[in-house]
Amino acid sequence: MHLAAAYDTLAFFGRDPWWLVLLKAVFCFAFLVLTVLIAIVWERKVVAWMQLRIGPNRHGPWGLLQSLADGVKLALKEDLVVKGADKAVYILAPIVAAIPAFMSFAVIPFGPAGNEVSIFGTRTPLQLTDLPIALLYILATASVGIYGIVLAGWSSGSTYPLLGGIRSSAQMISYEIAMGLSFAAVFIYSGSMSTSEIVASQQPTWFAVLLPVSFIVYIVAMVGETNRAPFDLPEAEGELVGGFNTEYSSLKFAMFMLAEYVNMVTVSAVASTLFLGGWRAPWPISTFWEGANHGWWPMLWIVLKIQLLLFFFIWLRGTLPRLRYDQFMKLGWKVLIPVSLVWLVMVSAVRALRNEGYDFTKVLLYVGAPLAAVLLVALIADVVRKKPEEPPAAAPPAAFDPMAGGYPVPPLPGQELPPVPRRRRRTPQLQDALNGADHSEGS
Amino acid sequence: MNPVNYLYLAALLFTIGASGVVIRRNAIVLFMCVELMLNASNLALVTFSRLHGNLDGQILAFFTMVVAAAEVVVGLAIIVSIFRTRHSASVDDSNLMKL
Amino acid sequence: MSTLLAAAGSLEPAARSYLSPTGQEIVFLLVGVLVLGAAVVSVTTRQLVHAALWLVVALGGLAVEFLLLTAEFVAWVQVLVYLGSVVVLVLFGLMLTRAPIGRSPDADSGNRPAALAVGAASAATLVTLVVDAFRSSWIDLSGPAGTTRLTGEFLFSHWVLPFEALSVLLLAALVGAIVLSRAKGDGTKPRPGNLRTVLTKTKER
Repeated sequence: MHLAAAYDTLAFFGRDPWWLVLLKAVFCFAFLVLTVLIAIVWERKVVAWMQLRIGPNRHGPWGLLQSLADGVKLALKEDLVVKGADKAVYILAPIVAAIPAFMSFAVIPFGPAGNEVSIFGTRTPLQLTDLPIALLYILATASVGIYGIVLAGWSSGSTYPLLGGIRSSAQMISYEIAMGLSFAAVFIYSGSMSTSEIVASQQPTWFAVLLPVSFIVYIVAMVGETNRAPFDLPEAEGELVGGFNTEYSSLKFAMFMLAEYVNMVTVSAVASTLFLGGWRAPWPISTFWEGANHGWWPMLWIVLKIQLLLFFFIWLRGTLPRLRYDQFMKLGWKVLIPVSLVWLVMVSAVRALRNEGYDFTKVLLYVGAPLAAVLLVALIADVVRKKPEEPPAAAPPAAFDPMAGGYPVPPLPGQELPPVPRRRRRTPQLQDALNGADHSEGS
Repeated sequence: MNPVNYLYLAALLFTIGASGVVIRRNAIVLFMCVELMLNASNLALVTFSRLHGNLDGQILAFFTMVVAAAEVVVGLAIIVSIFRTRHSASVDDSNLMKL
Repeated sequence: MSTLLAAAGSLEPAARSYLSPTGQEIVFLLVGVLVLGAAVVSVTTRQLVHAALWLVVALGGLAVEFLLLTAEFVAWVQVLVYLGSVVVLVLFGLMLTRAPIGRSPDADSGNRPAALAVGAASAATLVTLVVDAFRSSWIDLSGPAGTTRLTGEFLFSHWVLPFEALSVLLLAALVGAIVLSRAKGDGTKPRPGNLRTVLTKTKER
């Protein structure tokens, strides 16, 4: 089993000279910032394409330098600090949002855990570092990132940002549970929490194929975790103006933008590491090309996978409307968490039976039979149970009271607006006649 | 390494938490002081675990964290529902046995 | 000094240095001072949200102390559970109960002398106790570290029953919180929309 080998393979990490560590850290930082710069233009271009527009096309060829221009513009804007704000926390919040977003990238493997490549004569793995509990570290940094948003909302001293901050803290805590549960299935299959080990254990098949439910739950949870459409409720501009960053301007606002996009890149990298084979070449390539998983090539594959997932984010944004807040919470607590709990029990049952040495058909029987039984019972219960009576036909719409309850309210479905009192329209003839009359009277 | 420094730290943290419970008035801040005390005992537990060379203490610390999480969930639900009826999160205002 | 060394456990005395600090002890000292300072500010500041933030600093420092004690798993669980969930929930509660920006006049009760007395008494008791009991004991950090693998094996071989009891406790807390925060009235509130109908509607579009 690879379980026993877990700590031997980690021996490749923590051996680099200091300049190499620095180089790798700078590379991670530069990679994230560059990917973000490209991703913003790419997002605007793709969304424009989906909406039959052109998108940014003024700065550079094909509008490629647009985000650079935006960055310069943001930096030159006036840096406001709102009068009612809690100044220290107000300044701290964007920093707290941005730093953890970068931190979790340290454990993402860009290549195999072995001295695969040579950088200035030193052979080293293509990964900044790895921990025996790398995924716990990723979860921890993600949860620290929540503070930036919550504090930004609170310290602005304004209602809409506060609501945005409260929403986002509830949202991220809820979706972190589903995320952690989907990670747990991966731990059970790989027998390790270190990212390099998890990629190594996806040797024949990716975990997206072995653990499809976990993969889907993670994909949904990562969109919720990064506050992206259709789950961008903390910054729902239709309801909250701009959400937690309403009162921010200039570079502080840019930090929030940066944090959001870096988080997107990070969760995409985690998704490809955990479920999509990490740095491994996709299936048809690896069959006929031995060298695809060695040397510098793995970097290409993981960057491609990250870019594809980023495209998926943009695609979602261009396709789905924003959920309402209660629907969103319902999805998190009543769908994602129960589904991943049941799935986790199944996965651990399969794993335990396999470890005991049962063959595949028996495993299928022992795990599948209870599940089929539960589904059958649920189906029968659904057929047999008393259907809720149809609600009595909707009462004839009451007259519309525009000030019901003391507040101005819009008409409900079925209610009709009373005719708006208007001045009678004057037709030209009538006007002429009136004028004529006026004249005749006046003269 | 002499464990006594870690135990000093734990003892002082516990003390700070305990006096915080006496000083503070807001129920949620009281919670935070209790968390400090729990964390101080966690530090002591982990130190003892290293002292004896086994992991029992660390597992107890882990259990303490789980219990603290459960406590915060229920406690905050209680505080928020009290706040709804009394419009105050101060423990001095919760001096009646009814809502 | 020599009697002290002789009194201590089985480790060879030459390996111990009570006086010259190692790097680990220096880090411990710096982080420890930070933790204590943050804790003091946290229980005395009149700005409620700042108190929560200083608590974050104190708890994060404690995570570093756990790392220094080679309790890796506990350290990261500390960051994940305390920093990631508990204090965020506390902040959430502070915001729901309208914590103002700036000082809250009613943050402290008038019990400062009593608090000082309690603090002094418990500090004196605990510190004398600690000094008395553990002055001469010694930690050998080269022993089994609290890695995830070891902790997990230990947890699920010796502590299974408490673990299961804890899961029941968590379930009870979950149910309790839901019961407490449910609205009492029946049917007076507007019913929230149904997710399924919305999803099917989006599909139809």
